[in-house]
Amino acid sequence: MSDLASREHEPDSLILRAAPYVSRSLTTPRLMTEVLIALVPVVAAAVVFFGPSALLVLAASTLGSVLAEWAFGGRRGFVAAFRDGSAPLTGLLLGLTLPPAIPLWMAVLGGAVAIALGKTVFGGLGQNVFNPALVGRAFLQAAFPTVLTTWSPPAGEAAPWLAWRATNFAFPFLSRAGVDSVTAATPLSLAKFQGVTTAVPSLLSGHTAGSLGETSAGLLLLLGIVMAVRRLFDWRIPLAILLAVAAFGGLLHVLLPARCPSTLFLLFSGGLLLGAVFMATDPVTSPVTPRGAWVFGAGIGVLVVLIRLFGGLPEGVMYAILLMNAMVPHVDRWTQPRPFGRGRAA
Amino acid sequence: MKTFQHGVHPAEHKDATADSPTRRLPFVSHYVLPLAQHGGRPSKAIVTAGVRVERGDPVAEPDGFVSTTLCAPVAGTVTAVERRRHPSGALVDAIEIAADPWSPQRLPSRDPLDWAAMPLEEFVAQVQRAGIVGLGGAAFPSHVKYKVPEGRRLERLAVNGCECEPYLTCDHRLMVERPEAVVRGAMILGAKLGVREIVVGVEANKPDGIAALERAAKEAAGSTDGPTVDVVPLDVKYPQGAEKMLIRALWREEVPAGKLPLDLGVLVNNVQTMAALADWFDRGVPLIERWLTVSGPGVREPANLVVPIGTSVRDILHHCGGLLPEAREVVLGGPMMGQPLATLDVPVLKGTSGILAFTEARAARPTEYACLKCGRCLEACSNFLNPSRLARLARAGRFDDMDRAFAMDCMECGACSWSCPSNIPIVQLIRVAKSEIRKHGKGTK
Repeated sequence: MSDLASREHEPDSLILRAAPYVSRSLTTPRLMTEVLIALVPVVAAAVVFFGPSALLVLAASTLGSVLAEWAFGGRRGFVAAFRDGSAPLTGLLLGLTLPPAIPLWMAVLGGAVAIALGKTVFGGLGQNVFNPALVGRAFLQAAFPTVLTTWSPPAGEAAPWLAWRATNFAFPFLSRAGVDSVTAATPLSLAKFQGVTTAVPSLLSGHTAGSLGETSAGLLLLLGIVMAVRRLFDWRIPLAILLAVAAFGGLLHVLLPARCPSTLFLLFSGGLLLGAVFMATDPVTSPVTPRGAWVFGAGIGVLVVLIRLFGGLPEGVMYAILLMNAMVPHVDRWTQPRPFGRGRAA
Repeated sequence: MKTFQHGVHPAEHKDATADSPTRRLPFVSHYVLPLAQHGGRPSKAIVTAGVRVERGDPVAEPDGFVSTTLCAPVAGTVTAVERRRHPSGALVDAIEIAADPWSPQRLPSRDPLDWAAMPLEEFVAQVQRAGIVGLGGAAFPSHVKYKVPEGRRLERLAVNGCECEPYLTCDHRLMVERPEAVVRGAMILGAKLGVREIVVGVEANKPDGIAALERAAKEAAGSTDGPTVDVVPLDVKYPQGAEKMLIRALWREEVPAGKLPLDLGVLVNNVQTMAALADWFDRGVPLIERWLTVSGPGVREPANLVVPIGTSVRDILHHCGGLLPEAREVVLGGPMMGQPLATLDVPVLKGTSGILAFTEARAARPTEYACLKCGRCLEACSNFLNPSRLARLARAGRFDDMDRAFAMDCMECGACSWSCPSNIPIVQLIRVAKSEIRKHGKGTK
């Protein structure tokens, strides 16, 4: 029709898509990859403090997760879990919450339970209610309470740094008598059962007993800040947790100084920072609304303080997060945003 | 700096054309004018094949109040009044005009109209006669907005110079190259409607546009008995150019859901619309051409152009060196809300603000991942909806629940889809669901 009907290039057919035609470059797999990269320093710290056997535990839990994804996730789930990197991430996170001396078979089992009961039963990634890694850990703690509360001193203190831990290689259902090793108390059990408070600098550096990834508060704090700046997670959640622990713990410290350790001790001991930075921030199991993130984080903080100071266990981060995970649908419902132009009451 | 809440920051991609002066597209042989150019009812053709028309002559008249006149973009001969392809893909009634190759194609001209003396009804009729519609993209007949219902009053005029869509720079160029026309149109309209405030909102990525408008506003101060024009720089953020978001940005006021800016006494008009008003009242040029941007990675020579309404996309792309071999997708409008084309043989309409071409790599359908409820879409949505939930409900076919979750408030700006790291086509899911909700005669008010 046109006299300018051109000899220049013309596509054979045009693609028809719906707007928008541009999108941000960030994708879910990249998000997961960045979280995995953020975990590299945590893994390195675990090796530094607990020796090379830390790698065995982490590899075992990751293997368990990947196996379970393969067994229960279905072929599509398996492929998807690798494409988005979620299966190895869950296993690795679980490994970081385990005691260094845990038998490897338990780590494998925990990793498998994390995926099987924590994720695939709900319908896979995005559908799960509870943080899968913590489901795995809760299972292990229920099934093997002694092992999960037996801690080793940092490597190099009782045995050479390079030495393997014999307990790691224990077989299922055999008596632990033959493989007894040196144990140590975590700063939280020291405080709870012996009234000994570990100094803050040791807590920050991480040269204490504890689970593989939790001991170095300073490193975790730093990583948390970097990840928040890179918007890898909702920064409100860890901030709300820390503020709630500081405020509630601080208040109790003033009211009951005999029973409650200082706020800094509460903040930097145990799994609080590992939980606040890497567990509570799991987007799937935390509220989707910005206001809900504050409620969720504050709830975790208060529960952590309550469990630590008044519960039977020295540590409460895992249960605090799992309990608040269960509250997420309610929190989301209470905190739906007020639509533009619909007044306060709408 | 002022802005609205939430929203997104897409890469601007405006460098390719932000500094290129606007060129006039050479005349081509044929122009196609679909009668459906704007919101409301299509115009009614008043010419038949064989009729000779001069540039600017009316060729179709309004069919009712929410409709406008359509004028010939060129002098020539009407060759057909028949069904032709509309950019939307539908076949619609259209007028085809063959340009007269011997005509000098002079713009119509006459003495300025004494707009100040005419009653408001006549002013409104003049705007309708000029065929002026909202030129920001929505293309709603402007005169309808100027006819204020009994008992209401327009107190503030917001001129929209945001141009928040990536790639587009034609409004920017208009502000740089014809600031006096923008200011003149705004002052005529402001004085006629008796507003007490005229504000031009411009995003801060157009400092030269802001400076030019400020200079023009100063020079024009006092030329009418209405208020002078205030230029307000705004933060760069999408979708600032959305009417309600611009009002939120300028005055921190929310237009209630289901209501119009008029309910706050506010009128929002695009900068091009202002220039069109000035051209009609001062020079007698009706809306027969518009400024648009041709850009995108699939276009050989991106440009800002003044094109006669009715020019085919093919002719315009040809003028810009054609498409690159890897171009696979052509879009009318901006990349956030534009409309995809199935063929290049469709005309530019009054509301067409851009022609963008994307390449294969960009157009490939991205892999979709599971929704992680990361909440990025909630923080993108300037309407404060929960797009992640709406998308999930849409997939489940739960349209009633979507209606209760205010899906009908969605203005389909696409910020949610843009922000989704899992590549979920959120806005498209909502768009489809909204039409389902409308089909069933529902929709929250």
